[in-house]
Amino acid sequence: MATPKQGSQTKSKRTKKFGLLAEYDSAAAVFKACEKVRDAGYKRWDSYTPFPVHNLDKAMGVKPSVLPFIVFACGMTGAACGLLLQWWSSTIAYPLIIAGKPLFSYQANVPVTFELGILFAAFGAVFGMLGLNKLPMYYHPLFNVARFARVTDDKFFIAIEANDQKYDLEKTRKLLEETGATSVEEVDD
Amino acid sequence: MASKQRDPLDPVRGRKLLVEGGPSFHDVTEQVCSPVEQPSLAWWLAFLPSLALLGVFGVSLFWLLWRGVGVWGLNNPVDWGWAIVDFVFWVGIGHAGTLISAILFLFRQQWRTAVNRSAEAMTIFAVICALVFPTFHTGRPWVIYWALPIPNQMQMWPNFRSPLLWDVFAVSTYFTVSLLFWYVGLVPDLATMRDRATTKIRRVAYGIFALGWRGSTRHWQHYEKAYLLLAGLATPLVLSVHTIVSFDFAVSQLPGWHTTIFPPYFVAGAIFSGFAMVLTLLIPIRKWYGLEHIITIKHMENMAKIILLTGSMVGYAYGMEFFIAWYSGNPYETFAFVNRAFGPYAWAYWIMVSCNVITPQFVWFKKIRRSPTALFILSIFVNIGMWFERFVITVTSLHRDFLPSSWDYYSATIWDVGMLVGSFGLFFTLFCLFIRYLPMIAIAEIKAVMPEANPHPPGDEDDH
Repeated sequence: MATPKQGSQTKSKRTKKFGLLAEYDSAAAVFKACEKVRDAGYKRWDSYTPFPVHNLDKAMGVKPSVLPFIVFACGMTGAACGLLLQWWSSTIAYPLIIAGKPLFSYQANVPVTFELGILFAAFGAVFGMLGLNKLPMYYHPLFNVARFARVTDDKFFIAIEANDQKYDLEKTRKLLEETGATSVEEVDD
Repeated sequence: MASKQRDPLDPVRGRKLLVEGGPSFHDVTEQVCSPVEQPSLAWWLAFLPSLALLGVFGVSLFWLLWRGVGVWGLNNPVDWGWAIVDFVFWVGIGHAGTLISAILFLFRQQWRTAVNRSAEAMTIFAVICALVFPTFHTGRPWVIYWALPIPNQMQMWPNFRSPLLWDVFAVSTYFTVSLLFWYVGLVPDLATMRDRATTKIRRVAYGIFALGWRGSTRHWQHYEKAYLLLAGLATPLVLSVHTIVSFDFAVSQLPGWHTTIFPPYFVAGAIFSGFAMVLTLLIPIRKWYGLEHIITIKHMENMAKIILLTGSMVGYAYGMEFFIAWYSGNPYETFAFVNRAFGPYAWAYWIMVSCNVITPQFVWFKKIRRSPTALFILSIFVNIGMWFERFVITVTSLHRDFLPSSWDYYSATIWDVGMLVGSFGLFFTLFCLFIRYLPMIAIAEIKAVMPEANPHPPGDEDDH
């Protein structure tokens, strides 16, 4: 029966939690805190900063980006497409002798091949980056937190997600408080 | 000895401070964002004249489309006139933006962070202006898509041996990559604008383009990699673009054009003119917007030094062209160059030499390269000189070719002038809109080069 179930759900439903959010005042503070959270063995967590803090990804133990491989593959695809396009259109689709030259000679085709390689690689870099970051993402639980608006200004944050295996409201809160956070709060999902 | 001007130094690294006056992160955000959020009335003083010039562009284009390219001063043998001169001029302007954003980034020149956003915007707007000219120079701009390899009912394909077609690919790729690079740099700052927004329209408008950026370190990691890779891609790209533009001339058989020095000479000239345009734009803006502690006099000095370097390279190229004209023993080549300096267009040649060779040499004097007023005047001279360089190359080589009976003198008409002046209107209008609606300094990047951004401040015991 659908209706009673729905009614009981809204009554008894406790709001789902996203996790804990800790705020820091400086890049140095968030750096040290990240090292501690990493050493405590958390996996589903992240730090948030107004600018890229040097080596913070290493302090968090994040694996290096795979983006260069994507970009290389895209660049090579672009160059191959460029060369193929020129070869096919000038020998098969529209064979026309120009200035007594052979129908296909790679020397004349270097500029376009190069440009298309760069073009595809640049698309790979931008859209690969957005894809790896799962952007655009217009809703995120952290956007509901008023203080989080300053992450793009001058504040630094760490958020540990509730679905991390080691997550325990009290213990995790204690850990974050010990790292020198200026505030720690629980965030709704 | 004159009194030494000293820049404030970073107490730890002993290098010159990139941001003067020791502002906090929040101060930087305020200083960059508030001119966008509370625009001053003075902005209209720049915008309305720009819009008027854009109107001139509109009228010139309308008349051109109504009557055809005959309204320009083109004749036979000078069938490449101001339109091509303006095209090369604007593409060249763009190059400084990419040099600042990509090449200086790869060389870890951190001072670039204060100027890269506006220089990249300049690049994009300059390339937009540039693209207008060849498009309309075709005479039938409504079929400009014929230049692209699109399957069509005529079953024809473009000629991939033509440098003009290479140009289509080079300039359009350059525009696309510059736009992507600029936009990627803007994303975190758009998020700043979104988070500061006080009205709903602003929050939604900046929010859409900020893509939900939230400053995550896992995101920054891919982001910084993407930025580095784009810089690495844009570097060979920018060098290739003006190289290919120079092929438009160098691959032809015409004396004065058919020379192997063109690619490096064009690239140096492009950077030279582009930095002059960056100075022309930024010297007034830093003053009006009170950004003199972010875009410091040191930045001006660095850019002036690049102008001196590239200006000297251009001067060397002028000399070398003459040497080769003599050394080659080719009478046509020799004639083309003697005619260039002493023929009917000698006036243009000597304007070019005085503006491009003599003017930058003033930068040797420290007083001049640290004076915004002097640099502003100097930059105007360089802009003029570099436009004349393209005029000299294009027109003097064409107007007296192999057959004396076909020689002719070329003069521009009022519509040529309208197109050039009007293109400045397009350029300045776009630039005004940019400083009105977008943060003109890369906020996140500036913060990252401030001493407080260092996660290991001096005295930190577990320094890695």
